[in-house]
Amino acid sequence: MSKILLFLEPLKDGLKRTSYEVITAGRNLLDKSKNSSEPFDSMIGILINGTESQANTAKDYGLSNIILTNVSNLSGYSSTAYAEIIKDAAKENDATLLLFSGNATGLELAPRVAAKFEAGYTSDCVGLDIINDEIVAKKPVYAGKAQISIKINSDVKVFSLRPNVFTSVMAEAPDLNIQNKNLQIDDKFCKVIVKNVVKNEGKLDVLEADIIVSGGRGIKGPENYNLIENLASAFGGAVGASRAVVDAGWRPHSEQVGQTGKTVSPTLYVACGISGAVQHLAGMSSSKFILAINKDKDAPIFKVADYGIIGDIFEVLPKLTEKVKKFTGK
Amino acid sequence: MNILVCISRVPDTTTRILVGKDGISMDSQGVKFIVNPYDEYAIEEGLRLREKNGGTVTAICVGPDTAKEQLRTALAMGVDRAVLVKTDKYFDSYFVAKNIAEVAKELNPDIIFLGRQSIDFDSFQLPSYLAELLDLPSISVVSKLTIEANKVTAERDIEGGKEIVETSIPCIISAQKGLNEPRYPKLPDIMKAKSKPIDEKTPIETDTKVSVIGMEIPSRKRIGKILSDSDSDIEEIIKSLHEEAKII
Ligand SMILES: Cc1cc2nc3c(=O)[nH]c(=O)nc-3n(C[C@H](O)[C@H](O)[C@H](O)COP(=O)(O)OP(=O)(O)OC[C@H]3O[C@@H](n4cnc5c(N)ncnc54)[C@H](O)[C@@H]3O)c2cc1C
Ligand SMILES: Nc1ncnc2c1ncn2[C@@H]1O[C@H](COP(=O)(O)O)[C@@H](O)[C@H]1O
Repeated sequence: MSKILLFLEPLKDGLKRTSYEVITAGRNLLDKSKNSSEPFDSMIGILINGTESQANTAKDYGLSNIILTNVSNLSGYSSTAYAEIIKDAAKENDATLLLFSGNATGLELAPRVAAKFEAGYTSDCVGLDIINDEIVAKKPVYAGKAQISIKINSDVKVFSLRPNVFTSVMAEAPDLNIQNKNLQIDDKFCKVIVKNVVKNEGKLDVLEADIIVSGGRGIKGPENYNLIENLASAFGGAVGASRAVVDAGWRPHSEQVGQTGKTVSPTLYVACGISGAVQHLAGMSSSKFILAINKDKDAPIFKVADYGIIGDIFEVLPKLTEKVKKFTGK
Repeated sequence: MNILVCISRVPDTTTRILVGKDGISMDSQGVKFIVNPYDEYAIEEGLRLREKNGGTVTAICVGPDTAKEQLRTALAMGVDRAVLVKTDKYFDSYFVAKNIAEVAKELNPDIIFLGRQSIDFDSFQLPSYLAELLDLPSISVVSKLTIEANKVTAERDIEGGKEIVETSIPCIISAQKGLNEPRYPKLPDIMKAKSKPIDEKTPIETDTKVSVIGMEIPSRKRIGKILSDSDSDIEEIIKSLHEEAKII
């Protein structure tokens, strides 16, 4: 019987939120496979250059086995080195199903690992199920205008999961067994190395936010963006932008949501003065809830919105911000 | 410098998508195809590198005969050579990676540029997969690139910031929006590109690693509560955010 291998990433005192999502998705597949002809034996996580206390938090999500690999000769993150380490871990543990988060790291790393097995890989999955004994992934295509069901035919199967879609659910594991591994990696696997990470100062990134408030051309100029920022801070969320706003130079590209920007799935997406072009929808249509504010009642954004306010953002945003603040008591 | 640029042929971003009769693919009737938008940044970066260091830029596409149109766009932008690995069958990313790797082994490029992802299936895998098949370092989602002698420094977009990544030539780079401003081909160049040769290659066959077994147009039901800007309506929306969406 083979195993499921989960790639986990450390963050502060625990793991990245997306890692808990990966554990939950793994647990669901493990349970479902019990009724199939080839059930998985168990699942195992791999955490590279993390700590025992970080690893321990995985127990709360039902994981009972972790390989804690410590690489002594890596000065920074290296995709080539990590891919080699993960491949070895998969082989040693007879893992045939490998799950990654579809975040920046996972999207680059997962296909490297897949290639080492000449395995099939599917990125950015929004659903994973076992149907007729086969793992079937769901994945949006053509900018979310369609969705495919897809299966992998090779023995080893690699998937990455769109962040924020697989909600993490806590579950106590009977016991967490941490397998410590110290190794040195051959220089030939360290051809790429991250020298430095530059954080966007003090700002919450759209990819990490639960609530995003985005502005479009309707905001008319960068001097009015404080209206967007104020609502975002009332919600405790991040600030996003449409391409029209980024192309005009009003906001940085790191805030752009859409086909040539970021793909986000927050719990709430607020579109202010955004028309709802397909390329914008491509980046945010998998949000759990969408609130649109637009003065044009026929704006396409209202077709995908759960909630809408037809009105002038220059009047609505200050009012809405005040009322949200009052409601949340901030 | 010997530069290879991979381009994929994708439906225009505004295309209305309909599921074909087979139930597993897009109905391509009447669909306009374009060069994958991210690949325009890849082409541009290749051209700039050649303008600085000399050398040749080869564009490659794995696809049907009609993909020549996208290769001609690359030729009009200024690439020196175009290669089409021609196939009329359904193919997956593994097939593309294997076939590009085959050509790359012959060509032995110093650098291979790709787009961050193809906007049809957003497979997001060619750059890394190809890198592993060719045993090359790769950096994906690059928004700034500096090459000095053999040393490569790239800025790569990640959640909440950027990674500064180093590697050396030969290597593989995938382009993110912001890397450069792609040039528009001029009319005379578009005309000239029409008569330039395109090198056609027969693909090597591979096993199918992934199979699409269904395609549907998602019909996520949205609540659709669209109200006015009156105080009471705004309060109604906030109440819904609290009670239905449970966000605040
Ligand atoms: C290859 C390609 C990739 C693209 N990628 C992206 C992408 O990643 N992200 C993206 O966003 N776009 C992308 N686009 C661009 C997209 O097609 C649209 O042009 C863009 O999204 C429009 O931005 P907007 O909604 O802010 O502006 P507009 O379409 O101009 O809409 C402005 C809206 O504001 C409303 N408005 C104006 N004034 C007010 C007011 N006072 N109060 C309330 N409402 C008001 C108007 O009614 C209108 O609906 C891409 C396009 C292409 C071709
Ligand atoms: N059929 C293809 N032919 C040539 N290059 C391709 C092809 N498909 C994808 N690519 C390249 O790989 C990049 C990433 O694509 P993908 O992994 O399919 O999302 C694209 O931006 C192209 O540069």
